[in-house]
Amino acid sequence: MIEGAAWRRWIFFRIPLLLFILVLLFPFYWMVITTFRPDGELYRPWNARNYNPFWTWYPTLEHIRYLFAETQFATWLWNTMLIALASTAISLVCGVLAGYALARLNFPYAGSLGTGIFITYLVPQTLLFIPLSEIIRAYKLGDTPWSLILTYPTFLIPFCTWLMMGYFKAIPKELEECARIDGAARWQAMLYIVIPVAVPGILSAGIFAFTLSWNEFIYALVFLSSPAQKTVPVGVVSELIRGDVFFWGPLMAGALLGSIPVAIAYSFFVEHYVAGLTGSVKG
Amino acid sequence: MAQVVLTGINKFYDGNVHAVKDVNLDIRDREFMVFVGPSGCGKTTTLRMIAGLEEISSGDIHIGPQRVNDLAPMDRDIAMVFQNYALYPHMSVFDNMAFGLKMRKFAKEEIRKRVQDASEILGIQQLLGRKPRQLSGGQRQRVALGRAIVRHPQVFLFDEPLSNLDAKLRVQMRVELKKLHQRLGTTAIYVTHDQVEAMTLGDRVVVMKDGVVQQVGEPLELYNAPATKFVAGFLGSPAMNFATVTVTERDGALRTVSEGLDIKVPSEAVERLRPHLGREVTLGIRPEDLDIASGADPQDFTFDALVEVVEKLGSEILLDLKVGRGAMVASVDPIVRVTFGDKLRMTLDPARLHFFDVQTEAAI
Ligand SMILES: Nc1ncnc2c1ncn2[C@@H]1O[C@H](COP(=O)(O)OP(=O)(O)O)[C@@H](O)[C@H]1O
Ligand SMILES: [Mg+2]
Repeated sequence: MIEGAAWRRWIFFRIPLLLFILVLLFPFYWMVITTFRPDGELYRPWNARNYNPFWTWYPTLEHIRYLFAETQFATWLWNTMLIALASTAISLVCGVLAGYALARLNFPYAGSLGTGIFITYLVPQTLLFIPLSEIIRAYKLGDTPWSLILTYPTFLIPFCTWLMMGYFKAIPKELEECARIDGAARWQAMLYIVIPVAVPGILSAGIFAFTLSWNEFIYALVFLSSPAQKTVPVGVVSELIRGDVFFWGPLMAGALLGSIPVAIAYSFFVEHYVAGLTGSVKG
Repeated sequence: MAQVVLTGINKFYDGNVHAVKDVNLDIRDREFMVFVGPSGCGKTTTLRMIAGLEEISSGDIHIGPQRVNDLAPMDRDIAMVFQNYALYPHMSVFDNMAFGLKMRKFAKEEIRKRVQDASEILGIQQLLGRKPRQLSGGQRQRVALGRAIVRHPQVFLFDEPLSNLDAKLRVQMRVELKKLHQRLGTTAIYVTHDQVEAMTLGDRVVVMKDGVVQQVGEPLELYNAPATKFVAGFLGSPAMNFATVTVTERDGALRTVSEGLDIKVPSEAVERLRPHLGREVTLGIRPEDLDIASGADPQDFTFDALVEVVEKLGSEILLDLKVGRGAMVASVDPIVRVTFGDKLRMTLDPARLHFFDVQTEAAI
């Protein structure tokens, strides 16, 4: 906190914070307002007499109706949810096990293996999709949800592994040792002690993984082609931008509805998730 | 209940750190054995080898009749209390204490009874429903103890269990631990770096330094007849005074002489010191064995000193003295009136002089 007189607090803390929040939230505001604004207002020239870009007196659900009636938005939502949940689940299981192994089992080259896993995370997706699409074709997975469920873990697993490794390292070794003296085998100590204690870490890894796969664009664009298979980010962009015509209303409605599940996931776990990021384990 | 026997135990970390060197110990059934020594001397490592948490590089450990080198921690029938308590943070106090019993497939009724008994002994019945983070330091300590005693193991292992408590609570828990041991009678091995804890808790004490056992014995045995200069200096507060003196012979009597000191060797020590005639030895004397001389004290056991600091502790007064070029601390009656700068004639108790070899530091 800034110490001292009230005006100092305003100048150095409150006003900058307010500006920051405004700048961050403005795109969301724009998205919301565009979603509910009738087309007539949306395409009104900027110098028209009744031009008012920040507010509407005639809110409409027309764009949302369009989204569900004229496009396959509901299917896209369902696809995205399925793919995100499945790839998150796969990545969490692998990430938790690998992270535990790297943090706790002193096998040879554990350190370099950890670094290696991290490096794979650094390979950009914009390069990786080229060889991956070869593989997808070879296994005839193109245009199916599997093409994404199986490729998202290529960047999610390193991510989860790394995050969980850090979290496991922060858990005192004595907890496990005590459990093993108490009569638990290694796997029991992990199941009954380490994993419950690591729940905040697992939740934050899960939320991040879910968000990353929910928003993923490149692989989804490349590996899926038929409209019924698409995910929200790709579907919205490919079906609602035709040539150089932007259907701004439905586009924004799609973006808004598409970001709701992520927002719910965040707000639901926010406490755990903050604890997970700051890595606090209290004994 | 069981005895624990360590034979030729060595521990190497990563092939080069020799943390524990050829330790031989015979810990008796029902005994409270304390490992004490400065930080890094290998106490924890030794304890962890007994627990099975650390590989034994060479040597054998027996618990009761059984050689346990290759047994997993869970099969050694021991319980351990860690310095940071290691309570399971997501479990209630009850579940913390019950965990070991559940893992060993005890019946529900038996588990409840044992947890109940243990929590009564430790006075934590009303805490059974709480989570560890809702407990104070002293309460966590009790839960950690409770978790150890519900299992009725053959051996308790403690690794500095009191070092996270504040000074007052530490003294209180020390007494309770001692009572608990007297009541349960289970063999206990207790690691600490605190010599007061070691002296008050231990039936016997093992003093370690740099991975080597210096001496094993009952507390007063170690205090009165330390085997090395290290043990002599480590036990007791304030620490024993040391002075380097030369053994000489005058008028047919052995004397130890240095600048400021000229002390006759007491008759019972003459035989031991004669081989060192003409050489230097280390003389040791505890602060409480020094006193201000009265006229009646024999000249042979007195020396001159200059008072540099007076510490009035209440039950005693500590005098920091300059003796020749060296320094000594004396603990004297609180009734004496001394101030900084006084020149005093001090006397020492000849029966309580210690002599150590300068090179090997072993007692002579
Ligand atoms: N896991 C380890 N790896 C390498 N060296 C260690 C390890 N644990 C302890 N040591 C070393 O072994 C020596 C004894 O340590 P420790 O038994 O913990 O001492 P104490 O408990 O008496 O303070 C120390 O020099 C310490 O640095
Ligand atoms: Mg230690």
